Amino acid sequence: MGPKGGVAMQVGLVIPCYLDVFYPEVGIATLELLERLGVEVDYPFDQTCCGQPMANSGCESDSRATEEHFIRLFSRFEYIVIPSGSCTHHVRNKFIAAPPSPEREHVSRHVFDLVEFLHDILKVTQFPWSEFPHKIALHNSCSAIRGLHMASMSERVHDSCFNKPKALLEGVKGIEFVDFARHDECCGFGGTFSATEEAVSARIGYDKLGYMEAAHADYIVSSDMSCLMHLQGCARRLGSGMQFRHVAQILNGDRQ
Amino acid sequence: MSTVDQAANAARFIEDRPHEQYFDTLMWSLREARDRSAREVPEWEELRDLASAIKEHTLSNLAEYLEQFEASAKRNGVTVHWAHDAHEHNHIVADILNRHGAKQLIKSKSMLTEECEMRPYLENRGVTVTETDLGERIQQLDDEPPAHIVGPAWQKSPHDVARVFAKAYGSDPNNDDPVYLAHEMREHTRALIVKADAGMTGANFAVAETGAIVTATNEGNADLSGNVPKLRICSVGIEKIIPTNRDLAVFIRLLPRSSIGIPITQYTSHFRAPREDGEMHVIFVDNGRSDRLGMEKFWPSLKCIRCGACMNTCPVYRRSGGLSYGSTYMGPIGIIMMPTFDIRRFSELPFSSTLSGSCSNVCPVKIDIHEQIYAWRGVMDEKHQIKLAKKSAMIAAGEVLSHPELYRIATFATETALKLLPRFAIYNDLNAWGKHRETPAPAKQTFHEWFKENRQKGQKE
Repeated sequence: MGPKGGVAMQVGLVIPCYLDVFYPEVGIATLELLERLGVEVDYPFDQTCCGQPMANSGCESDSRATEEHFIRLFSRFEYIVIPSGSCTHHVRNKFIAAPPSPEREHVSRHVFDLVEFLHDILKVTQFPWSEFPHKIALHNSCSAIRGLHMASMSERVHDSCFNKPKALLEGVKGIEFVDFARHDECCGFGGTFSATEEAVSARIGYDKLGYMEAAHADYIVSSDMSCLMHLQGCARRLGSGMQFRHVAQILNGDRQ
Repeated sequence: MSTVDQAANAARFIEDRPHEQYFDTLMWSLREARDRSAREVPEWEELRDLASAIKEHTLSNLAEYLEQFEASAKRNGVTVHWAHDAHEHNHIVADILNRHGAKQLIKSKSMLTEECEMRPYLENRGVTVTETDLGERIQQLDDEPPAHIVGPAWQKSPHDVARVFAKAYGSDPNNDDPVYLAHEMREHTRALIVKADAGMTGANFAVAETGAIVTATNEGNADLSGNVPKLRICSVGIEKIIPTNRDLAVFIRLLPRSSIGIPITQYTSHFRAPREDGEMHVIFVDNGRSDRLGMEKFWPSLKCIRCGACMNTCPVYRRSGGLSYGSTYMGPIGIIMMPTFDIRRFSELPFSSTLSGSCSNVCPVKIDIHEQIYAWRGVMDEKHQIKLAKKSAMIAAGEVLSHPELYRIATFATETALKLLPRFAIYNDLNAWGKHRETPAPAKQTFHEWFKENRQKGQKE
């Protein structure tokens, strides 16, 4: 259950800016879960953001100082863990605003989404303290699927099927997954896009929510809270009672 | 021309919910059809690799293959022309028509002639141009450009088409039976085809070894356009060249499956030589392609075989409609092509994407479309094409996020956070976010404050 052989490993924890302010409970669940698994967690206190907001808007030069700050704080860790596929994708695959250096390279190579860290590094399969007796629609973000390859994608019709977030959640008692239409279509968030093209963004979100409601899901669960922030905004506007949880909250034992 | 505001155009499209839903459903059904037909080909991914490699090879040796085509075509009795840009292309077409006194031109679908804005050019010179592709004809009658590169009128419901035909042909506006509508169109265009002085086609492929122009169609209209009149003109973008018929076989397997999920089109036609007593002209068009080939980041869009799969799968395109891009090529592939034609006019297009990456993974020639969309955003910043409001917000966000003390001040008081955070959490302004969604409520305590209160003691230095 814990890390292999019970050897403590030190992890640098990144809590993305939007989780810090809007969803601190997801940060807390992530920290507690890692501690439960015997991981020594270090939360560098001066952290801010990974730089994605600026880079995603094309303004790479404006993300340089932020990315340099990130590298300064995290290059000393063997494992850098972020409970967000989107931020992980940025740090691993698009972290080029700062000039190339061994430290930058190190950070990009040693960053993991929480799900990857649990599934691939710690290889956890059971979460005996957890139970979630609800019907859930599992939403994997595009960054998680097509950026980090945390799940097979519907476009690649001959690839063998795998789904790391689902594999972890299967270790939770009582959880029931519902199948819904267009299961790995984008939710419409898209970072900057959600504001610059709000009409299309919301329309995609409404549609997504509709498919999940039609499948009688009580909760939408994801390892990317930014997608959920968007879908939750759509649900509340439409008067839907749909609930939203981050994978970390369920794995850490939240029962509802 | 002013910058295309795709977001505003898309918002208008969405207001008409029945049409938006109709279009999204139709496009998604094509994506599903593509998946089903790809599943039937076990070597699908190998075919994609092969197709990409053939295109890359050909583009790397473009001049030689174009010359080989020219030599083959000349042997077949075909005249080959070279057009540097759209104007030169249109001029060559007008000149050929003029020499034959041709006033009635029929043509099959060609995105290149759209790109060159050839129809208005010829019409201003007294030539009547009749589109023979059903969808293209519908758009022509309704005075609209194509909304999709494969199905120009897919944005219109059968009911819309019935109204267009009623106005143009006097048919029954309430009969939206597709068979009836197709019949109406056929009745009216067949007469024009028989009378036409010249026929024109585009090209799906130009095969260097045979000198053949190859079209893949379902309606047979390219064959009618190309074969009925004695004078045949084929307009071809220089990137459409492929070396041999063996290579063609790879693309013929990929194109119809990627496009609409069928194993092969009704017609795969090789136009190789003029008909008896006739003439055949091939016009190769550059129009910015050579410049794009020289762009280190952006040359791969020249591999495109115009299947439209990236559009069908794009969550944004399906909800925006094809006309919202205000461009010849639309959807993901349009986003990465259009700025090479006019960077200012199409400077906003790279932002009309969620960067989902679905497009790159359905692309039969493996263009890294979403990576290129991302790269174009950077180019827009470098070329100072990002709107001032957005750019200032990004500079401010970059300042706050690189200074922990400023970040803490911004996020300490939740009320301040609500005002400042959107600039880097939701990246823009909450007014736009909140138009169709509830805004997220800031928590009573940030994670940072919680950590300080509960774990700071255990914090190691």
